[in-house]
Amino acid sequence: MPTNLASGAEYATVGQKRWVWPGFALPGVLWLALFFLVPFYAVFAVAMGQLDPILQRATPEWNPFYWDLTILGEAFAQLFGGQLGLIAFRTIAYVFIASLLCLIIGYPVAYFVSRKAGRWRWLWLLLILAPFWINYLMRMMSWVNLLSPDGQVNRWLTTIASWFSVEFVPPDWLAGHHLVVVLGLVYGYIPFFILPLFAALDRIDEATLEASRDLGASSSQTFWRVTWPLSRYGVLGGLVIIMLPMFGDYYTPNLLSGSPRTRMYGNTIDQFINQTTSGGALGAALTIILMMFVAGLMVYYLRSINRATEEARR
Amino acid sequence: MTALGSRFKAGATNPWGKPRVLPVVTLLYVLWSLIPVGIAVLFSFNSGRSRSTWQGFSTRWYVGTPEAAESVLYDESLRFALTQSVRLAVLTMLVATPIGVALALGLARWRGRGARASNLLMLIPLVTPEIVMGVALFLVFDEVYDFVPFGTWTQFLGHVTFSISFVVIMVRGRLFAIGRDYEEAAMDLGASPFQAMRRVLLPLLAPALLASLAIVFAISIDDFVISQFLIGGPESVTIPVQLYSGARLAPPPSLNALATILMVVTIGAISVAGLVFRALGKRRGERGSALESVAGFEM
Repeated sequence: MPTNLASGAEYATVGQKRWVWPGFALPGVLWLALFFLVPFYAVFAVAMGQLDPILQRATPEWNPFYWDLTILGEAFAQLFGGQLGLIAFRTIAYVFIASLLCLIIGYPVAYFVSRKAGRWRWLWLLLILAPFWINYLMRMMSWVNLLSPDGQVNRWLTTIASWFSVEFVPPDWLAGHHLVVVLGLVYGYIPFFILPLFAALDRIDEATLEASRDLGASSSQTFWRVTWPLSRYGVLGGLVIIMLPMFGDYYTPNLLSGSPRTRMYGNTIDQFINQTTSGGALGAALTIILMMFVAGLMVYYLRSINRATEEARR
Repeated sequence: MTALGSRFKAGATNPWGKPRVLPVVTLLYVLWSLIPVGIAVLFSFNSGRSRSTWQGFSTRWYVGTPEAAESVLYDESLRFALTQSVRLAVLTMLVATPIGVALALGLARWRGRGARASNLLMLIPLVTPEIVMGVALFLVFDEVYDFVPFGTWTQFLGHVTFSISFVVIMVRGRLFAIGRDYEEAAMDLGASPFQAMRRVLLPLLAPALLASLAIVFAISIDDFVISQFLIGGPESVTIPVQLYSGARLAPPPSLNALATILMVVTIGAISVAGLVFRALGKRRGERGSALESVAGFEM
């Protein structure tokens, strides 16, 4: 392929107008400006606007010179020392444990399917991709089904208990158990972790591993000193992909528990925005805090996407 | 634990030997990930009201009688959710794909000021947590574009917004793979740049375009967060929103039937995308990665 730069210069001399390519991009850029950038700014305008004393409604302030930091300050105060602090801490703990479990369960699966699955690889791949095509809410609903008081899980447990003639009182799994919510998160997000990891492991050249073996490394040395370092970007990419939505999740804890004991950060935002009419400003402030918190992850992920596109370009 | 450890080691000493523990782990994972959904699908065919006791096979929850009004076909709330989801997905697909394809072309070739910023603007929605986008869109329609009524219109505008970037990523991969050789050849043979694009580049891009249509359809019909934040009233409830609000209310199996229909439609759309991409790979004699051919799109 001739380099893009050279041919670009050639086209300019052929007489192609300079505005053609920006013109193609224009509708998309305009759309994203109107429905992504402006909304983004609106979050700030609402969070730092003023609360109308009579209507108890947030009036957005569009001029940054008049931004009022009271509500944002209130949100931060809540975060460090208030009720919200506990919720934020719980969210971080849930996300951390769920991500760790995704890594522990997902790595062997991705490793097996990418490198060891042999003849039936396509079938394994199809099976680990299947959850992608099943709606997240349906997958959660399936567990609500199974875990409900008269659901299958309690039936099986009762049957097993009866074999050993143990007294068994079926618990209500959906009444606010930390473990149920964390496992729900793992169940929901693990496919999104496995896929990028699979892609990374799939790219490792078999010859690299053979070389390591030929030079006398044991198989565990080969794994820890060759395979693992080479798959590190896949692991990090997968973790970022699942952590970004997990920090903003509210539907998983709502479906699998609904109890205040398992409330996550996203539930608070959902409550202020969707369930009250006067919480707009506080909801916007909490959203800003969430954005600031995940910005680091977002930048890291953007850079890796860009790097991947650059590589695809070569 | 030690027994398992030593077995694992025995299996692992020869890296080209047959692994023993890994397939078991993977099998358990696959069973764990698919059996709950399988059970939910199974109970959508239950002849009784229960979602945990099997009472025989029936399709009453799909196409039951109008008098009972309990099937997806005749329960209004379920049928409306289905039509709303499909309508939204079709609209989104038809608008987001052309905008995205044009943006991909523009971004791939525009080498001026603003190109980098536009590229960044296209990438950021991909990494924005959905709840953030949901709050932002809700507030903007509440405070600024308040002439757009909440409901189908706001949902449609929101869905197109998050779909555009997906189209760009998919089409751009294809654009780089095609390169500029064919277009240059056409122009050497006397075609104008626009003729070269219409008669050479667009036909080459057609499979990516079709695949984009299918993928946008699938991600739109699957979306929950944006649909929920931009909902207007009962008439704009989509299938995922219906699943969310109904799941904890001890619903009859008709909810499972609705979920199953959504699953079948999504898998259908993705399969179309996958088949189109595979056909393209074969015709052009390219060898894509296994992931591409099965997943149907480029990562």
